[in-house]
Amino acid sequence: MGLELFLDLLSQPSRAVYIFAKKNRIPFELRTVDLLKGQLVSKEFLQVNRFQKIPVLKDGDFVLAESVAILIYLSLKYQTEAHWYPTDIQTRARVHEYLGWHADCIRGTFGVLLWARVLAPLIGAQVPEEKVGHNRTSMDQALQQLEDKFLGDRPFLVSNQVTLADLMALEELMQPVAVGYDLFEGRPRLAAWRTRVEAFLGAELFQEAHSRILNILEQMANKTIPVPPPEAHPTMLKRIARIT
Amino acid sequence: MGLELFLDLLSQPCRAVYIFAKRNRIPFELRTVELLKGQHHSDAFAQVNPMRQVPALKDGDFTLAESVAILLYLSRKYQTPDHWYPQDLQTRARVDEYLAWQHTALRYSCTRALWQKVMFPVFLGEPVPPEMLAATLAKLDRCLQLLQDKFLQDKAFLAGPHISVADLVAITELMHPVSAGCRIFEGRPKLDAWRLRVEAEVGEELFQEAHALILKAKDLPPADPSIKQKLRPLVQVLLQ
Repeated sequence: MGLELFLDLLSQPSRAVYIFAKKNRIPFELRTVDLLKGQLVSKEFLQVNRFQKIPVLKDGDFVLAESVAILIYLSLKYQTEAHWYPTDIQTRARVHEYLGWHADCIRGTFGVLLWARVLAPLIGAQVPEEKVGHNRTSMDQALQQLEDKFLGDRPFLVSNQVTLADLMALEELMQPVAVGYDLFEGRPRLAAWRTRVEAFLGAELFQEAHSRILNILEQMANKTIPVPPPEAHPTMLKRIARIT
Repeated sequence: MGLELFLDLLSQPCRAVYIFAKRNRIPFELRTVELLKGQHHSDAFAQVNPMRQVPALKDGDFTLAESVAILLYLSRKYQTPDHWYPQDLQTRARVDEYLAWQHTALRYSCTRALWQKVMFPVFLGEPVPPEMLAATLAKLDRCLQLLQDKFLQDKAFLAGPHISVADLVAITELMHPVSAGCRIFEGRPKLDAWRLRVEAEVGEELFQEAHALILKAKDLPPADPSIKQKLRPLVQVLLQ
């Protein structure tokens, strides 16, 4: 069995890994772990990943979680083009600097709107509007810092070419966009950056990777969206409770 | 001017960077930035790190924030022994996996455990509701169990048979609740054994030196009103 990637394209870090692998023509078996069908909490998946999180990589006996670890592993193993994870010591440090800040200020923040508008209501839970408002402020602050500190006058976040940082960032930012909050509106610098990254990835790959998330509101409206089974609820409720 | 490291040993990631630099005999000027005096919000420090956070590094004109970025930069620039951040793809990936996980999981609980149990009541004179503290400590408990059972398992160190930056980041994190009086190693023999191994690899003297400040956190005199006023809004988030 070759490389396997356990993903759900509903999830931001899953998309980052998927796009990276596809763009770099890394051969892999896609193993979809459908979040809405509760497959994350299944016994089968627990066998794969003791952390019960996605994305997960399985390379023979080697099992790896955490999108950043997976992206770095893939970039080194498959010797992807240097711009993704630059060898220059300072530029590489800047990628890690971005990823550190991303973990604090982007991850956990940009996924909230999907939870509030789609995932919580699906299981009959609610995220108070006050928290949604607070989340909007957090996103605004993060976007300002993203623009000022990481993008600046550069074409891409930490370098003149696309790096892992751009991929991780873009996928997080697409999450609220999919739920109807166009955070690129009124932010021409960020919008231009997004266009550049999309152009680099290619429209076809971009569409493919985002079709699931971009259709989510339509599925809600048509009631064609799967309702997560009861066994998925506890994990989902825990996540909802963590929203401040 | 050579390498400068802007640190406050009260902070977990600062301790990891400090220990790494000292252990590897990396020459640097220590620039102490006292968090409890709000020095990280000074204009001077903003020149080094506009994000106003420690640790920060200044190497000539190159400034860098974020502890993981700093640790990896130092390991590469000063060509520290391989085990700290191994070349072997899979072992390195284990280090990366831990470094990614801890940022959003263990850090959150350890910081809140210290602040809610000690810093708010003792330093800021503001007791924290018992239910909040109980919930924080329960969360910490779950994180520690995950650390032992899912990360460490039966290995000597987090990424394998040798110490790496992952272990430094982990141990300095755990010293936060330890300093708050939480007996986190009780009932966790694997974690306890690991802790002793890490301390031995770091060296007892250096380990004590790095932790002298945080271990005295509960003996801090109450902050004066001007400090309280300055700090309070900055630490509000730790009550959530």
